[in-house]
Amino acid sequence: MKNSVHDIRKDFPILSTQVNGKNLVYFDNGASSQKPQAVIDSISNYYSTMHANIHRGVHTLSQRATQAYEDARVAVQRYFNAAHSEEIIITRGTTEAINLVAHSFVTKGDEVLISGMEHHSNIVPWQLAEVNLKVVNLKDNGELDMDDFKSKLSANTKLVAITHVSNTLGTINPVEEIIALAHQLGVKVLLDGAQAVPHMKVDVQKLDCDFYAFSAHKMYGPTGIGALYGKKELLNAMPPYQGGGDMIKQVTFEKTTYNDLPHKFEAGTPAISEGIAFGAAINYLNSIDWIWAADHERGLLTYATEEIKQIEGLKIIGEAGHKAGVISFVIEGVHHYDLGTLLDQMGIAIRTGHHCTEPLMQRFGITGTARASFAFYNTKEEVKIFIDALKKCIKMLR
Amino acid sequence: MNTIIENEKEIIEDFALFSDWEDKYEYIISLGRELPLISDQYKTEDYLVRGCQSRVWLHAEKKGDNIVFTADSDAIITKGIIAMLIKVLSDQPAAEVSKNELTFVDTVGLKEHLSPNRSNGLVSMIQKMKLYAQAFSAK
Repeated sequence: MKNSVHDIRKDFPILSTQVNGKNLVYFDNGASSQKPQAVIDSISNYYSTMHANIHRGVHTLSQRATQAYEDARVAVQRYFNAAHSEEIIITRGTTEAINLVAHSFVTKGDEVLISGMEHHSNIVPWQLAEVNLKVVNLKDNGELDMDDFKSKLSANTKLVAITHVSNTLGTINPVEEIIALAHQLGVKVLLDGAQAVPHMKVDVQKLDCDFYAFSAHKMYGPTGIGALYGKKELLNAMPPYQGGGDMIKQVTFEKTTYNDLPHKFEAGTPAISEGIAFGAAINYLNSIDWIWAADHERGLLTYATEEIKQIEGLKIIGEAGHKAGVISFVIEGVHHYDLGTLLDQMGIAIRTGHHCTEPLMQRFGITGTARASFAFYNTKEEVKIFIDALKKCIKMLR
Repeated sequence: MNTIIENEKEIIEDFALFSDWEDKYEYIISLGRELPLISDQYKTEDYLVRGCQSRVWLHAEKKGDNIVFTADSDAIITKGIIAMLIKVLSDQPAAEVSKNELTFVDTVGLKEHLSPNRSNGLVSMIQKMKLYAQAFSAK
């Protein structure tokens, strides 16, 4: 098992590149993580040795590609401990996974309970579905107000759709408690796992969530691919999301019958190379010692938080007791855009802006934050470089 | 009165003196601080050019055949770049403003600030400046 940051960094070629003449410090992992060589090789290998369309061809290449693509699905299933491989619906990512549920699980007027810290991808699909949206309030430290959750949850709720980890605040929500409370009333739960999967290993059966949405590119895999986990009985009862090839059993002009799971929800030729490389990313993550990784990231977060708090006029947005490796902050007299621009000149990549969580910005009365988000390949030395650079920027900008 | 081309040349000459990014950005920041603020009556929703990251307010008025711009932003680097755009384009013939390609931005190595990805309101601001110029020169 990999448990040395020094060795792990060697697996990610981009980490040794230079940006603006400086060694890259990549702290924008919340937006997208970097890729290990195994993932990069997988894409190249696919196009060099087995490219063909999948699920149809009788020829060798098509069978080879289909096998590799379906192997990847099984790798994802096992990694997330789903009971069946057909419970893994391959999508373009978290956004499409949530849109699928918004289209096929709820209907106009249904009551859906979300929280005040959701990404736009877990707000807008519900608005498009014209559901009755209820929003759980947040506490000032960025934790969910569980009393408010309990008061808004009822047997009339069709679905609770809440983020596992907040992309802006880093808050890890008490999802076990949320699921237990919802299930007591027979309410189903969807978790937006986009920001949880880079930081922890998720077991969907242990969580007992009904749906879990996630993206490959945030878990060291390729962009444009992700998955929706859903319990089989729920997925079977849901109508298809999009129509086209692959999702049908038989088509006539009078009546079309649909394919079985998971293909019912996978219309059209998918992102085959990305799907296969998603499998390679999962295989890579299987080699990571997650107890070490969690400890390492916690160390980075603690160190960065302690150091950053020393900076005068700086305020951390999101100080939940239980947090993933994300620090969002605002600095008096310094605009986040200026900060991001100057840090980039020093080879440091962070995220600035509203992080696609505008209602959350409104809740805290700000227009945006600067956000540093860590991955298991980041180091304490990088945090030190970042803090020093931050001080320099503030000096220039104030 | 300098022409647009002469104004561009001056900025390019200023930037040629800077040996590193720090000098360059310190200069842009100082330009931002010097920029005369837009009058408060124009710092409203009507004059806001929305960027995802920083916000820009722009006002244009006609002065003879010329067009005069005033602007502001909540981010100082954005403001510094606005100051340069104003230095080049403000109080110039509207017909000339609508034609100008702003090539100096690329020459001084600030092209990335005008990429749509930056979401800083500058791209939309330039579009608006040109639209005002077109409208004024058509009158």
